[in-house]
Amino acid sequence: MSYVPGQPVTAVVQKIEIRKLRQGERLILGFSIGGGIDQDPLQNPHSEDKSDKGIYVTRISPGGPADVAGLMVGDKIMQVNGWDMTMIKHFHALQKLTKPNEEVVRLLVTRKSLETAVKGAMGLH
Amino acid sequence: MDTESTYSGYSYYSGRSRGSHRHGERSRDRHKSRSKDSRSEKSVTINTPPAEPLLGDSSVRGEPVQDDNWGETTTAVTGTSEHSLSQEDIVRITKDLEDSVGLDCRRYFTLTLAVILGLLVFLTPLAFLVLPHVLWPEKLQSCGTACEGLFISVAFKLLILLLAVWALFFRPPRAGLPRVFVFRALLAVLVLLFVVSYWLFYGVRILDAQDENYQGIVQYAVSLVDALLFIHYLAIVLLELRQLRPYYSVCVTRSTDGETKHYNLGQLSIQRAALAVIEHYYCDFPVHNPALLSASKSRAAKHLAGLKVYNVDGEFPAAQAEGPGNNAAAAGLAQSQSRAMIAAAARRRDTSHNELYYEEAEHERRVRKRRARLVVAVEEAFTHIKRMQEEEQKKTPGDVMDPREAAQAIFPSMARALQKYLRTTKQQHCHSMESIQQHLAFCVTNNMTPKAFLESYLCPGPTLQYSKDHWRSRQWTLISEASVTSGLKDGSVFNLKCVDFNLVVTAKKIPYIQMSEEYIDPKSHKFVLRLQSETSV
Repeated sequence: MSYVPGQPVTAVVQKIEIRKLRQGERLILGFSIGGGIDQDPLQNPHSEDKSDKGIYVTRISPGGPADVAGLMVGDKIMQVNGWDMTMIKHFHALQKLTKPNEEVVRLLVTRKSLETAVKGAMGLH
Repeated sequence: MDTESTYSGYSYYSGRSRGSHRHGERSRDRHKSRSKDSRSEKSVTINTPPAEPLLGDSSVRGEPVQDDNWGETTTAVTGTSEHSLSQEDIVRITKDLEDSVGLDCRRYFTLTLAVILGLLVFLTPLAFLVLPHVLWPEKLQSCGTACEGLFISVAFKLLILLLAVWALFFRPPRAGLPRVFVFRALLAVLVLLFVVSYWLFYGVRILDAQDENYQGIVQYAVSLVDALLFIHYLAIVLLELRQLRPYYSVCVTRSTDGETKHYNLGQLSIQRAALAVIEHYYCDFPVHNPALLSASKSRAAKHLAGLKVYNVDGEFPAAQAEGPGNNAAAAGLAQSQSRAMIAAAARRRDTSHNELYYEEAEHERRVRKRRARLVVAVEEAFTHIKRMQEEEQKKTPGDVMDPREAAQAIFPSMARALQKYLRTTKQQHCHSMESIQQHLAFCVTNNMTPKAFLESYLCPGPTLQYSKDHWRSRQWTLISEASVTSGLKDGSVFNLKCVDFNLVVTAKKIPYIQMSEEYIDPKSHKFVLRLQSETSV
């Protein structure tokens, strides 16, 4: 999941589709994000590489739409509905997630356990 | 010197940068009389005139009705010399004379009453003890040990009472109030009643019956002294302690220039609250400077000066009075005239705000420049003298000066700058040359820096700081709608009038404060690490 400048980023991702929940006049997804290119990467407790400025999931409200869809704390979000999340400001990431008239967001997320699982499967072969 | 005009503005010919300032100055000299002999470069004069209100004010007072052109045809009074008195001074002196006689009589009367009461109170227990021995010595039982022990207790309690009364009541009075002091009168009446009732009882039961039980009589005297001590405790609580807790917040405003201060007072009567306010006034309020008020008066006069009302319809105003009908018509006419003037003044294009702005900006610049010159001159003057150490004193005994001579030596080099600065800030009547030299000697003696010396001239200090003749208004009049012995209430307003200005005092109650508590467990301070900004979606 680390970023080497000049090289394309490769990661094993999981597709997660979250259906937003309507609460009053707001559509909520039920999780919190942290990170971004304008934030301090050293404070991220979930990243392996402390220079990684990507968007991470920091909290999931239990029983909310994200929890139901299978999102987990510590996941790094790579794409939201096709928009890249690896080199983005925190505020713009928020905007892409909370577009007012979208009911569904499709995320590509990656986590350490996915990598190890795939490596383990490849190693068996 | 007697006829010289002392109320001059800044010296017109002083050495200053030429050219750009000239045309600005001419317009400002309208209200100041110029004195041509203050241009002297070599000799410096700082005159000591009493503070006088500006031209025409002193002569207007006391004239009930004037015609319209009175102000225009009178010749201007160019200030007064040191030895003449204005009408204001005469009024003040006569008031002082009248009132001081009446007040002294009252003070002596109350003083004699208090002394008589005090003597009565102190001699009563002694009389109770001595009279049986004098009147029926044979029949009296001899005094045993317990009885003699009571003698000691009477003696000491009387001594304590004497000291306590001295501490509480024998203080020099600080003011003469208009009405009697209610609590003190009540206490005096109470003490008198008390002592009289004890005497009555003593006279009837003991003197008439010629009681032989001397111990009983001594105990009676001891009970009297105990009760007197308790009355003294009551006096402390009523007179001193009850007023200490702040209960009202009073707002004091000076009528001439709007200086406002707020104080906290306890539950006092209006006259005592007024006394407290006056004492705070002398310490806190900057000194009243009538010279600073002249500009706004002249502006006010100019606002309506150009308008005159002409009656075109030919109604005759009140010349042939026919009774109430015509008076009402005349009143209505006057009202419509003033309304017409107000409307016309509002419509007129007035540029006086412009003048005010530029005049104030210019004055500010001038004051700052003179201040800079003054500071530099004083600093330079202070470098000329140096405090001599003990060893040096023995070596060169020639040129040694005491503080007064040192002050006189360095004073001329800063005198001119100081005089000009005081003139610009219109404070020159507050400081005489003698007082400045005294202050300089004082600063030199106490090792003060030039900045410390200048502090009393750069900002107007409280009234106490200036010489005694600035405290002239020791005669104050309390003007109040409520009775002055009634207590302060929320919203009570009263005026304190002295010759030059009014102090308007408003009282407001301090609100009842409801405080609640919240307990925080020291172990509940817990923290969690978070990403710098985490937003929930």
